[in-house]
Amino acid sequence: MNGPCPVVELRGVSKVYPGRVHALRGVDLTVEPGELLAIVGPSGSGKSTMLHMIGTLDRPSGGTVRIAGYDVAGLSDRELSALRARQLGFVFQQFHLAPGVSALDNVADGLLYTGTGRRARRERAAAALERVGLGHRLTHRPSQLSGGEQQRVAVARAVAGDPPLLLADEPTGNLDSASGTEVLAVLGELHAAGTTIAIITHDTEIAAWCPRQVRVRDGRIVAEMGSEMGAEMGAEVRAEAGVPIGEGGGREA
Amino acid sequence: MKRERQRGPAPARLAVADVLRVGASGLRARPTRVVLSALGIAIGIATMIAVIGISSSSREQLLRQLDRLGTNLLTVAPGQTMFGEEAKLPIGALAMVERIGPVRTAAATGGTDATVRRTRHIPEAVTGGIAVQATTTGLLATLEGAVVKGAWLNAATERRPAVVLGAESARRLGLARAGVQVWMGGRWFTVIGILGPMPLAPEIERSALVGFPAAEEFLGFDGHPTTIYERSADEAVEAVRAVLPRTVNPENPEEVTVSRPSDALAAKAAAAGAFTNLLLGLGAVALLVGGVGVANTMVISVLERRREIGLRRSLGATRGQVRVQFLSESLLLSALGGVVGSVFGALATTGYALARDWPPVVPPWAIGGAIGATLLIGTVAGIYPAMRAARLSPTVALTTT
Ligand SMILES: Nc1ncnc2c1ncn2[C@@H]1O[C@H](COP(=O)(O)OP(=O)(O)OP(=O)(O)O)[C@@H](O)[C@H]1O
Ligand SMILES: [Mg+2]
Repeated sequence: MNGPCPVVELRGVSKVYPGRVHALRGVDLTVEPGELLAIVGPSGSGKSTMLHMIGTLDRPSGGTVRIAGYDVAGLSDRELSALRARQLGFVFQQFHLAPGVSALDNVADGLLYTGTGRRARRERAAAALERVGLGHRLTHRPSQLSGGEQQRVAVARAVAGDPPLLLADEPTGNLDSASGTEVLAVLGELHAAGTTIAIITHDTEIAAWCPRQVRVRDGRIVAEMGSEMGAEMGAEVRAEAGVPIGEGGGREA
Repeated sequence: MKRERQRGPAPARLAVADVLRVGASGLRARPTRVVLSALGIAIGIATMIAVIGISSSSREQLLRQLDRLGTNLLTVAPGQTMFGEEAKLPIGALAMVERIGPVRTAAATGGTDATVRRTRHIPEAVTGGIAVQATTTGLLATLEGAVVKGAWLNAATERRPAVVLGAESARRLGLARAGVQVWMGGRWFTVIGILGPMPLAPEIERSALVGFPAAEEFLGFDGHPTTIYERSADEAVEAVRAVLPRTVNPENPEEVTVSRPSDALAAKAAAAGAFTNLLLGLGAVALLVGGVGVANTMVISVLERRREIGLRRSLGATRGQVRVQFLSESLLLSALGGVVGSVFGALATTGYALARDWPPVVPPWAIGGAIGATLLIGTVAGIYPAMRAARLSPTVALTTT
């Protein structure tokens, strides 16, 4: 393979939870650098499980997962941790901010495991908060911030280390629509600046807002829209899913 | 672009300062709980430090006293005859002792049957526990004692009905000044002096002292000394001790007992250290209970903070780093208890010692031991919770609600 390797490459990935729960059944997915994609599907369809696979938080029961060119199966737990520290940023539905700790320190602590010195961590945290439009809220604690602001702090924490890939699981799930729009706007800006972003959502509006959408049902990808790949991979998915999809051209909506 | 499949990225090391900062921030988030569980450790450490500190202070006080009083004083007293009767020291014994080369000063006292009372109306049987003794004038110098009121006996007053009271006798008689009359052996004696404390010769503190000639003349004293006090050069004490019985009573050296009053004080000093095992054990139990409290706090903390653990794993923390985080929290928690406990233990020691006029001593080894104990407790208490935290799968931790 030539050119920049895909950020994410799932090949026949399956995940069986104890109790014979087949959360994923042979998922193929390739995400190229710079994409903004939505993973949509009904509740229980396996979206979060897929995000855990992509985020190397869990290992697949079958198939291969490659993140930034690394085959996850060949990496130890330590190496996966390092991979997450450098290559991945996570945004969760519950913001997971430390209460009683300033926005700046919440974001700076996100860089703790990247080997960055304390001063540099704080500088980059301030810059990241600036990027999400919270430059004036550095010393505020989560309890002093609105839900949308808290989630933007979480986004800042995820992107402070400039990871190539940002994963967001229902980032607007706990927010009203105005706050949700704020957060999406921030994600849109990050995407425009070159960050690869995968958003999990069951909100079709948010999905439609993304240039590329991947529909999941019962642990399978059932539809792909707006893929810019145009490669064998995309064709495979479409063929397997049995859904006619247009020319997979531009990701301009 | 990375293509190798064998080796992945290596995790970054956490700086020690960061480990401590993360541990401290975990504690800062739950101040009440931290204070309460550190308190257990603090009480245990404070108890142990105070017990060790107070007994060391008391020992130090005794040792200093011993140093001041010297260990070169020997006393000679009559033992028993072969037939089990009370032996007597020969009348010339003191002169013999003074003739031993290394002996610097010597003095003798001799018991009388007289009693001392403030008025003649108090029945003779009521002695107040005060012994009336004859003494040679060298006694004060030999015992290195001091007169706090009035004067000591001299060549003139040792022949007159004059008496010098030991500190305790004066207290029992209710006398605080010289010049008063007391009733002794059927006549009035004038109190010409009152002595200060005599730690090496408490029997003198409880005596009323009259010169040898006066005792013979007015109190029917037989002239046989009952105790001879003697000081020699430090290095000659053992040699003098060896020759004393033969010198004092050449015919029956076995009827003479020699003792060294400072030995009692030295034994007391040694005992001051060993006396405290029970209290130390109590402190150790408190410490153990404190350790259990820390472990409990840490286990609860891990349960409550699953989402934080999941988040940290997603941010790239390795299992080892999660383990270290909770271990450092546990260590900081018990170290906090240890430091606070040491401070309180030292303060208690100082307060107690100063109240008793002792030199406050908190041995450095006790503080070192306290710190070592708290670190050990912190580690032991933290290992299990830290392992649990590290074993948590990131996805399970994150999906906990
Ligand atoms: N740890 C687990 N153990 C057992 N089953 C699990 C576990 N996690 C998820 N599942 C099951 O796997 C399936 C997929 O779950 P997943 O969380 O991926 O769905 P989802 O698409 O994210 O749903 P939602 O939109 O409700 O978040 C579900 O049936 C779920 O019950
Ligand atoms: Mg989900």
